[in-house]
Amino acid sequence: MTDLTAAAPVPKTSILTQDKRTKRRNAAEARFKAYGLAAVLTGIAALILLMGSILYNGLSSFQQTYISLAVELPAEALDKTGNRDPAEMRSVSTFGYTPLIAAAIEQKMAEAGVQIEGLSARDAGALISKEAPAQLRNYVLANPEVVGTTVTFNLLASGRIDGYYKGRVTMESALLDQNISQAQLQLADAFRDSGTLVTGFNWAFITSPDASDQRPEAAGLGVAILGSLYMMLIVLALALPIGVAASIYLEEFAPKNRWTDLIEVNISNLAAVPSIVYGILGLAIFINFAGLPQSAPIVGGLVLTLMTLPTIIIATRASLKSVPPSIRDAALGVGASKMQAVFHHVLPLAAPGILTGTIIGLAQALGETAPLLLIGMVAFVREFPDAPPEGFFDPASALPVQIYNWTQRSDPAFVERASGAIIVLLIFLLAMNALAIFLRRRFERRW
Amino acid sequence: MPVLWIALTVLALAAVGFLVGRGRALSTAGGDARKLHSLPNYYGWNVALFVLVPSLLTLAAWILIAPTMIEGRVVSLISEEVAADADARNLMMADVRRVAAGLDLAVAQGVMSAEEASDLRAGENDIRGRLAEVGVALGDNVTTAVLAAAQRYRVLSSASSLWMTIAVLGLAGLGFFYAWRRTRPDYRARNVVERSILLLLILCASIAILTTLGIILSMLFETQNFFSQYPWQDFFFSTTWSPNFRGNSDLGILPLLWGTLYISFIALLVSVPIGLFAAIYMSEYAGPRMRSVAKPMIEVLAGIPTIVYGLFALITVGPLLRDYFAQPMGFGQSSSSVMTAGIVMGIMLIPFVSSLSDDIINAVPQTMRDGSLGLGATHSETIRQVVLPAALPGIVGAVLLAASRAIGETMIVVLGAGAAARLDLNPFEAMTTVTVKIVSQLTGDTDFAAPETLVAFALGLTLFVMTLGLNVLALWIVRRYREQYE
Repeated sequence: MTDLTAAAPVPKTSILTQDKRTKRRNAAEARFKAYGLAAVLTGIAALILLMGSILYNGLSSFQQTYISLAVELPAEALDKTGNRDPAEMRSVSTFGYTPLIAAAIEQKMAEAGVQIEGLSARDAGALISKEAPAQLRNYVLANPEVVGTTVTFNLLASGRIDGYYKGRVTMESALLDQNISQAQLQLADAFRDSGTLVTGFNWAFITSPDASDQRPEAAGLGVAILGSLYMMLIVLALALPIGVAASIYLEEFAPKNRWTDLIEVNISNLAAVPSIVYGILGLAIFINFAGLPQSAPIVGGLVLTLMTLPTIIIATRASLKSVPPSIRDAALGVGASKMQAVFHHVLPLAAPGILTGTIIGLAQALGETAPLLLIGMVAFVREFPDAPPEGFFDPASALPVQIYNWTQRSDPAFVERASGAIIVLLIFLLAMNALAIFLRRRFERRW
Repeated sequence: MPVLWIALTVLALAAVGFLVGRGRALSTAGGDARKLHSLPNYYGWNVALFVLVPSLLTLAAWILIAPTMIEGRVVSLISEEVAADADARNLMMADVRRVAAGLDLAVAQGVMSAEEASDLRAGENDIRGRLAEVGVALGDNVTTAVLAAAQRYRVLSSASSLWMTIAVLGLAGLGFFYAWRRTRPDYRARNVVERSILLLLILCASIAILTTLGIILSMLFETQNFFSQYPWQDFFFSTTWSPNFRGNSDLGILPLLWGTLYISFIALLVSVPIGLFAAIYMSEYAGPRMRSVAKPMIEVLAGIPTIVYGLFALITVGPLLRDYFAQPMGFGQSSSSVMTAGIVMGIMLIPFVSSLSDDIINAVPQTMRDGSLGLGATHSETIRQVVLPAALPGIVGAVLLAASRAIGETMIVVLGAGAAARLDLNPFEAMTTVTVKIVSQLTGDTDFAAPETLVAFALGLTLFVMTLGLNVLALWIVRRYREQYE
């Protein structure tokens, strides 16, 4: 205070002109606000970049190049005895179908009048995926009456041809690539001009099982989606009742003592345990100790149940807590027992919150990868699991693990598949979260 | 009888029990529910519970215990000369199980008659060929010892299955009869039913404890096995990690810990400033419109599975960093690097830090802000000198929680950080973490007697202890802080 009075010349100040100090302070204020805005925008930019990168890489996997060929199915090659019995026709392996496709290509080239220098018949046949003979064989075995006729098929083009129309393979890169030549690409272009080579929506990507390293064009998500579905069923059937029961006890009945304190601390810690630790638990207890089969949805489901339980318990307790005590008091007042008050009045009012929490927990479990790697879900599975309950014990894959699996393969076509699989996974997650938000908006009650 | 059918029978019996119990209660009261102690449904539930609980508990216990007991009795049949050590015995038991399962399958498919299957002689019949018919491939011809053990195995398991059916269904019937007998108008059915439901609730709540116990015990047990084969000093203090499946591996945890901490540090360097500033902006500056758009968008980042971040690191961020930073500046050629994993993990942690800090900043009382603004401080001065110091303990807690997330994160580092265990300062070099090595040691063909596999459990335990410590500390700080202003 004494400083102020002792100061000799009072500086001229005005509220119309800012002095240096005020300017500095205001600049600092603006800077600080800009930092905050920049942080928010960085977060949003990261989200957009992430989504953009996945969509850019993955959207093309929903398109697939096919070559439509009229394939002659001669009876003498496919059904020697002539009684069209699928059991007997099984003796012709996929190798028996390969020449039919090669012949069909040659015929097509002759029809279209395509002449390409340095292209052998074998190279021309390589335009078609190695999976195509199997495709053909399955069709013939399912429809034995077509033997002896000529049928037009949309056969899968090989991965490199598919990549050529998606910009992954170019004329220049074909020079360095052993699996594709420029002549083959020219033939593909010629076929495209004549309408033989077509692009269509790739249903097989969603329905068919995984394919081997060499056939990215045939790899699909069918087994993975089914395996994930089985696991979600198990998680729902176990985690929801157990989680709700545990929260009802802790929230409504538990006396305050050491044991309940221990349980509470435990639950909040379990929610933060790294997911891979649950994988180790599953491996040690469910597989090594209890002897359950590896890579089965039952083991995955159990591990994910243990992982999801804390999430569901925390959400359920929050929604039980939000039901006002007056409801309980009213029920007790008219003579209900404590159990009746909880099960008849509190639980139904808390149900929307519980459902929302459960769906969010399930969405988390659906995207979880690390624990599933440890319990053998990485295995290469081509067989669809049976219907439940036996199917729970059959080997299966899971969506996120399938994605991981594809990232480990060398053919760049699998990167496209992995990104496409992520889009499928994100669509499922989006649907689940949208359902949760809808339920919350529709049924949530504010007291 | 298969387990599924037993369970279904018990369930059906319980449903019948519900109806019968309810009916009996009403009929003993002469049709007047007012004369009963409890509502009629409680008498029904009472009978159903007495049918279900003892029988299903027995069923579960039997399924858990019987296989180990059968194995034990069969193993004792295998003499010392045939299988000298534990490994050989395990191999033989695997054969025994395959043969027994194959014989069962052959009988089920009608390829063999039941008598034929139990009278097989190892030398005379071509068992391998016969089993191949039903799709069971055996690596070797079946020896007499294996066949004898397999036959014994089949006898024991069919006996066990028969006794299990009898015991479970018998208990269900007994429970039914007992509860039915006790159903009288003055029987306190509601009290009994409510007490049992309460017990069930307690049981469910205890699963959390059982999970923790399971995690700790399973890892402790295998870690002990590991340390009996590999000196603990080398594990904790050796600076080389080079597992070698022919033995003689160096399994030092230090390079892995270094990679884990380095990546987590970079992740926090990215996420803490961005998350904190975003939280400050959202809670102090942004208008309701901005908040309603930006907040959910940032929180979407938290709902994206880590495998998606992993792929993002692998196909976008990694090559980007390599081509525009590492190669021009001469730091390295690797697209998977500490920087890649750290930045992507940082992005993943932004919503985590921001939503936790947001809560904490909002919990600072408005009166403190008003006081500061009233003294003439600018908005940013208020935040920096009043709000943040008040929220500091909570923010430290949030950062610790984020650190524990970063240490335990797996998929981003598996896809983004690389697999080479290395003690290096260059952030553009590929390094590896504890979680990556757990995955790589436990996937594929694993031999649970080798230290190279068992080391994963020791790594897991280390990880568990580290994250648990951070979590407990963080929760303690956050809880203590919250109490201050309530």
